[in-house]
Amino acid sequence: MSFEKFLFYLFAVLLLGAAVMVITRRNPVHSVLFLVLAFFNAAGLWMLAEAEFLAIALVLVYVGAVMVLFLFVVMMLDINVAELRAGFVRSAPVALVVAVIMAAELVVVLGPARFGLDSYAAPDRHPADYNNTAELGLALFTQHIYAFEIAAVILLVGIVAAISLTLRRRPETKYLDPASQVGVKAKDRLKIVKMDPEENA
Amino acid sequence: MIALSDYLIVAAILFSISVAGIFLNRKNVLLLLMCVELMLLAVNINFIAFSHFLSDVNGQIFVFFILTVAAAEAAIGLAILVVLFRTRRTINVADLDALKG
Repeated sequence: MSFEKFLFYLFAVLLLGAAVMVITRRNPVHSVLFLVLAFFNAAGLWMLAEAEFLAIALVLVYVGAVMVLFLFVVMMLDINVAELRAGFVRSAPVALVVAVIMAAELVVVLGPARFGLDSYAAPDRHPADYNNTAELGLALFTQHIYAFEIAAVILLVGIVAAISLTLRRRPETKYLDPASQVGVKAKDRLKIVKMDPEENA
Repeated sequence: MIALSDYLIVAAILFSISVAGIFLNRKNVLLLLMCVELMLLAVNINFIAFSHFLSDVNGQIFVFFILTVAAAEAAIGLAILVVLFRTRRTINVADLDALKG
Protein backbone atom coordinates (compact mmCIF):
# COMPACT_ATOMS: atom_id res chain seq x y z
CA MET A 1 0.00 0.00 0.00
CA SER A 2 1.50 3.29 -1.05
CA PHE A 3 1.79 6.20 1.35
CA GLU A 4 -0.76 8.13 -0.71
CA LYS A 5 -3.31 5.34 -0.34
CA PHE A 6 -2.60 5.17 3.39
CA LEU A 7 -3.26 8.91 3.72
CA PHE A 8 -6.47 8.57 1.74
CA TYR A 9 -7.81 5.84 4.03
CA LEU A 10 -6.70 7.74 7.13
CA PHE A 11 -8.52 10.89 6.06
CA ALA A 12 -11.58 8.98 4.86
CA VAL A 13 -11.96 6.95 8.06
CA LEU A 14 -11.50 10.02 10.27
CA LEU A 15 -13.97 11.99 8.12
CA LEU A 16 -16.69 9.33 8.34
CA GLY A 17 -16.03 8.68 12.03
CA ALA A 18 -16.29 12.38 12.80
CA ALA A 19 -19.52 12.60 10.78
CA VAL A 20 -21.03 9.75 12.81
CA MET A 21 -20.02 11.50 16.03
CA VAL A 22 -21.61 14.77 14.79
CA ILE A 23 -25.03 13.18 14.45
CA THR A 24 -24.96 11.07 17.62
CA ARG A 25 -23.47 13.34 20.30
CA ARG A 26 -25.80 14.52 23.05
CA ASN A 27 -24.07 17.87 23.52
CA PRO A 28 -24.33 20.23 20.50
CA VAL A 29 -20.93 21.77 21.36
CA HIS A 30 -19.31 18.37 20.85
CA SER A 31 -21.19 18.04 17.56
CA VAL A 32 -19.74 21.31 16.30
CA LEU A 33 -16.22 20.29 17.33
CA PHE A 34 -16.55 16.95 15.52
CA LEU A 35 -17.84 18.86 12.50
CA VAL A 36 -14.59 20.87 12.59
CA LEU A 37 -12.65 17.57 12.59
CA ALA A 38 -14.72 16.34 9.63
CA PHE A 39 -13.97 19.51 7.65
CA PHE A 40 -10.25 19.21 8.41
CA ASN A 41 -10.14 15.66 7.07
CA ALA A 42 -12.17 16.63 4.01
CA ALA A 43 -9.56 19.32 3.35
CA GLY A 44 -6.93 16.57 3.51
CA LEU A 45 -8.83 14.55 0.90
CA TRP A 46 -9.06 17.62 -1.34
CA MET A 47 -5.33 18.15 -0.96
CA LEU A 48 -4.77 14.57 -2.18
CA ALA A 49 -6.94 15.38 -5.21
CA GLU A 50 -4.67 18.36 -5.98
CA ALA A 51 -7.26 21.01 -5.14
CA GLU A 52 -4.87 22.94 -2.89
CA PHE A 53 -6.56 26.33 -3.00
CA LEU A 54 -9.98 24.95 -2.07
CA ALA A 55 -8.51 22.75 0.66
CA ILE A 56 -6.96 25.81 2.32
CA ALA A 57 -10.13 27.85 1.68
CA LEU A 58 -12.17 25.13 3.37
CA VAL A 59 -9.99 25.29 6.48
CA LEU A 60 -9.86 29.10 6.57
CA VAL A 61 -13.46 29.89 5.66
CA TYR A 62 -15.30 26.90 7.06
CA VAL A 63 -13.31 25.93 10.11
CA GLY A 64 -12.21 29.48 10.81
CA ALA A 65 -15.43 31.40 10.25
CA VAL A 66 -18.58 29.32 9.74
CA MET A 67 -17.87 26.74 12.44
CA VAL A 68 -16.93 29.46 14.94
CA LEU A 69 -20.27 31.11 14.11
CA PHE A 70 -21.99 27.80 14.83
CA LEU A 71 -20.08 27.51 18.09
CA PHE A 72 -21.09 31.04 19.15
CA VAL A 73 -24.74 30.33 18.44
CA VAL A 74 -24.68 26.97 20.24
CA MET A 75 -23.14 28.55 23.31
CA MET A 76 -25.46 31.59 23.20
CA LEU A 77 -28.69 29.59 23.11
CA ASP A 78 -29.84 27.93 26.30
CA ILE A 79 -31.08 24.67 24.78
CA ASN A 80 -32.93 21.96 26.64
CA VAL A 81 -31.06 18.98 25.20
CA ALA A 82 -33.20 16.28 26.84
CA GLU A 83 -36.37 17.60 25.23
CA LEU A 84 -34.77 17.82 21.81
CA ARG A 85 -33.45 14.25 22.01
CA ALA A 86 -36.87 12.80 22.90
CA GLY A 87 -37.41 10.75 19.72
CA PHE A 88 -33.76 9.80 19.24
CA VAL A 89 -33.90 6.11 20.17
CA ARG A 90 -37.26 5.60 18.48
CA SER A 91 -36.13 7.00 15.13
CA ALA A 92 -32.69 5.34 15.23
CA PRO A 93 -33.71 2.06 13.46
CA VAL A 94 -35.47 3.96 10.68
CA ALA A 95 -32.49 6.25 10.21
CA LEU A 96 -30.09 3.28 10.16
CA VAL A 97 -32.16 1.37 7.60
CA VAL A 98 -32.56 4.40 5.31
CA ALA A 99 -28.87 5.29 5.54
CA VAL A 100 -27.66 1.73 4.91
CA ILE A 101 -29.99 1.24 1.92
CA MET A 102 -29.00 4.61 0.46
CA ALA A 103 -25.29 4.00 0.96
CA ALA A 104 -25.52 0.49 -0.52
CA GLU A 105 -27.34 1.73 -3.61
CA LEU A 106 -24.90 4.58 -4.13
CA VAL A 107 -21.90 2.26 -3.69
CA VAL A 108 -23.33 -0.17 -6.26
CA VAL A 109 -23.78 2.62 -8.78
CA LEU A 110 -20.55 4.49 -8.03
CA GLY A 111 -18.42 1.42 -7.34
CA PRO A 112 -15.18 0.34 -9.02
CA ALA A 113 -17.09 -1.38 -11.85
CA ARG A 114 -18.01 1.94 -13.44
CA PHE A 115 -15.69 4.50 -11.89
CA GLY A 116 -12.64 2.38 -11.22
CA LEU A 117 -9.13 2.97 -12.50
CA ASP A 118 -9.96 1.08 -15.73
CA SER A 119 -12.58 3.60 -16.82
CA TYR A 120 -11.03 6.70 -15.22
CA ALA A 121 -7.27 6.39 -15.15
CA ALA A 122 -5.55 8.45 -12.48
CA PRO A 123 -4.15 11.60 -14.13
CA ASP A 124 -0.46 12.36 -13.96
CA ARG A 125 0.67 14.44 -11.02
CA HIS A 126 1.23 18.08 -11.89
CA PRO A 127 4.84 19.28 -11.93
CA ALA A 128 6.24 21.08 -8.90
CA ASP A 129 5.85 24.54 -10.45
CA TYR A 130 2.15 24.00 -11.18
CA ASN A 131 0.02 26.69 -9.53
CA ASN A 132 -3.51 25.60 -8.68
CA THR A 133 -4.47 29.04 -7.36
CA ALA A 134 -3.35 30.77 -10.56
CA GLU A 135 -5.26 28.35 -12.76
CA LEU A 136 -8.39 28.71 -10.64
CA GLY A 137 -8.10 32.49 -10.64
CA LEU A 138 -7.63 32.57 -14.40
CA ALA A 139 -10.85 30.61 -14.99
CA LEU A 140 -12.70 32.53 -12.29
CA PHE A 141 -11.88 36.02 -13.55
CA THR A 142 -12.34 35.34 -17.27
CA GLN A 143 -14.98 32.69 -17.98
CA HIS A 144 -16.89 32.96 -14.73
CA ILE A 145 -16.58 36.64 -13.90
CA TYR A 146 -20.35 37.21 -14.05
CA ALA A 147 -21.05 34.36 -11.62
CA PHE A 148 -18.26 35.70 -9.42
CA GLU A 149 -19.94 39.11 -9.22
CA ILE A 150 -23.27 37.45 -8.38
CA ALA A 151 -21.54 35.49 -5.61
CA ALA A 152 -20.24 38.78 -4.21
CA VAL A 153 -23.78 40.22 -4.23
CA ILE A 154 -25.08 37.09 -2.47
CA LEU A 155 -22.51 37.58 0.28
CA LEU A 156 -23.51 41.24 0.62
CA VAL A 157 -27.18 40.24 0.90
CA GLY A 158 -26.13 37.67 3.50
CA ILE A 159 -24.37 40.32 5.61
CA VAL A 160 -27.29 42.76 5.41
CA ALA A 161 -29.88 40.03 6.13
CA ALA A 162 -28.01 38.58 9.09
CA ILE A 163 -27.45 42.00 10.68
CA SER A 164 -30.98 43.30 10.07
CA LEU A 165 -32.50 40.07 11.43
CA THR A 166 -30.60 40.11 14.69
CA LEU A 167 -30.44 43.88 15.25
CA ARG A 168 -32.41 44.68 18.36
CA ARG A 169 -33.29 48.18 19.55
CA ARG A 170 -33.89 48.37 23.26
CA PRO A 171 -36.37 51.13 24.13
CA GLU A 172 -34.55 52.00 27.36
CA THR A 173 -31.16 52.68 25.75
CA LYS A 174 -30.30 56.35 25.38
CA TYR A 175 -28.72 57.41 22.14
CA LEU A 176 -28.42 60.60 20.10
CA ASP A 177 -30.27 61.13 16.85
CA PRO A 178 -27.63 62.54 14.47
CA ALA A 179 -30.25 63.80 11.99
CA SER A 180 -31.94 66.07 14.51
CA GLN A 181 -28.53 67.12 15.85
CA VAL A 182 -27.41 68.28 12.43
CA GLY A 183 -30.76 69.81 11.57
CA VAL A 184 -30.91 72.11 14.56
CA LYS A 185 -30.93 75.85 13.75
CA ALA A 186 -29.34 78.61 15.77
CA LYS A 187 -32.67 80.32 16.35
CA ASP A 188 -34.07 77.23 18.08
CA ARG A 189 -31.50 77.50 20.82
CA LEU A 190 -30.41 81.13 20.94
CA LYS A 191 -32.75 84.03 21.67
CA ILE A 192 -31.49 87.49 20.65
CA VAL A 193 -33.07 90.26 22.64
CA LYS A 194 -33.00 93.85 21.45
CA MET A 195 -32.69 96.41 24.22
CA ASP A 196 -31.77 100.05 24.49
CA PRO A 197 -28.25 100.85 25.53
CA GLU A 198 -28.00 102.03 29.10
CA GLU A 199 -26.56 105.44 29.74
CA ASN A 200 -23.50 105.73 31.90
CA ALA A 201 -24.12 107.42 35.17
CA MET B 1 -3.39 4.49 -6.83
CA ILE B 2 -6.53 6.14 -5.54
CA ALA B 3 -9.43 5.54 -7.93
CA LEU B 4 -12.29 7.91 -8.67
CA SER B 5 -14.68 5.35 -7.17
CA ASP B 6 -12.87 5.63 -3.80
CA TYR B 7 -13.68 9.34 -3.56
CA LEU B 8 -17.25 8.76 -4.76
CA ILE B 9 -17.85 6.01 -2.19
CA VAL B 10 -16.52 8.15 0.67
CA ALA B 11 -18.81 10.99 -0.43
CA ALA B 12 -21.78 8.62 -0.77
CA ILE B 13 -21.29 7.22 2.74
CA LEU B 14 -20.88 10.75 4.12
CA PHE B 15 -24.12 11.81 2.44
CA SER B 16 -25.93 8.77 3.88
CA ILE B 17 -24.62 9.56 7.37
CA SER B 18 -25.95 13.10 7.13
CA VAL B 19 -29.36 11.82 5.92
CA ALA B 20 -29.42 9.54 8.97
CA GLY B 21 -28.50 12.60 11.08
CA ILE B 22 -31.55 14.45 9.76
CA PHE B 23 -33.74 11.51 10.78
CA LEU B 24 -32.16 11.24 14.23
CA ASN B 25 -32.09 14.94 15.14
CA ARG B 26 -35.29 16.06 13.48
CA LYS B 27 -36.29 18.15 16.53
CA ASN B 28 -33.11 20.20 16.76
CA VAL B 29 -32.78 22.92 14.11
CA LEU B 30 -29.11 23.43 14.96
CA LEU B 31 -28.22 19.78 14.24
CA LEU B 32 -30.31 19.91 11.06
CA LEU B 33 -28.20 22.84 9.83
CA MET B 34 -25.01 20.92 10.65
CA CYS B 35 -26.28 17.89 8.70
CA VAL B 36 -26.97 20.13 5.71
CA GLU B 37 -23.37 21.37 5.94
CA LEU B 38 -22.15 17.75 5.90
CA MET B 39 -24.30 17.02 2.84
CA LEU B 40 -22.80 19.99 1.01
CA LEU B 41 -19.35 18.71 1.95
CA ALA B 42 -20.16 15.32 0.40
CA VAL B 43 -21.30 17.00 -2.81
CA ASN B 44 -18.15 19.11 -2.87
CA ILE B 45 -15.97 15.99 -2.52
CA ASN B 46 -17.67 14.58 -5.63
CA PHE B 47 -17.00 17.79 -7.56
CA ILE B 48 -13.33 17.85 -6.53
CA ALA B 49 -12.84 14.18 -7.41
CA PHE B 50 -14.36 14.55 -10.87
CA SER B 51 -12.42 17.76 -11.43
CA HIS B 52 -9.19 15.89 -10.62
CA PHE B 53 -9.88 12.80 -12.71
CA LEU B 54 -11.23 14.69 -15.74
CA SER B 55 -8.47 17.37 -15.44
CA ASP B 56 -11.11 20.08 -15.67
CA VAL B 57 -10.80 23.12 -13.41
CA ASN B 58 -14.49 24.01 -13.78
CA GLY B 59 -15.41 21.50 -11.08
CA GLN B 60 -13.29 23.44 -8.61
CA ILE B 61 -14.92 26.70 -9.71
CA PHE B 62 -18.29 25.14 -8.89
CA VAL B 63 -17.05 24.11 -5.42
CA PHE B 64 -15.92 27.70 -4.89
CA PHE B 65 -19.43 28.98 -5.55
CA ILE B 66 -21.03 26.25 -3.42
CA LEU B 67 -18.77 27.28 -0.52
CA THR B 68 -19.78 30.93 -0.99
CA VAL B 69 -23.50 30.21 -1.03
CA ALA B 70 -23.21 27.74 1.87
CA ALA B 71 -21.43 30.36 3.99
CA ALA B 72 -24.21 32.89 3.28
CA GLU B 73 -26.82 30.24 4.01
CA ALA B 74 -25.22 29.34 7.34
CA ALA B 75 -25.01 33.00 8.38
CA ILE B 76 -28.65 33.74 7.56
CA GLY B 77 -29.86 30.40 8.95
CA LEU B 78 -28.14 31.00 12.26
CA ALA B 79 -29.47 34.58 12.38
CA ILE B 80 -33.00 33.25 11.89
CA LEU B 81 -32.32 30.67 14.61
CA VAL B 82 -31.24 33.37 17.07
CA VAL B 83 -34.34 35.48 16.35
CA LEU B 84 -36.49 32.36 16.70
CA PHE B 85 -34.98 31.51 20.07
CA ARG B 86 -35.48 35.08 21.28
CA THR B 87 -39.19 35.07 20.50
CA ARG B 88 -40.17 31.44 21.27
CA ARG B 89 -37.45 30.40 23.79
CA THR B 90 -37.10 27.06 21.97
CA ILE B 91 -35.56 25.60 18.81
CA ASN B 92 -37.73 22.48 18.79
CA VAL B 93 -39.08 21.99 15.28
CA ALA B 94 -42.32 20.53 16.69
CA ASP B 95 -43.09 23.85 18.44
CA LEU B 96 -42.71 25.95 15.31
CA ASP B 97 -46.35 25.87 14.26
CA ALA B 98 -47.18 29.59 14.12
CA LEU B 99 -47.97 29.40 10.41
CA LYS B 100 -50.39 26.45 10.91
CA GLY B 101 -48.92 24.67 7.91
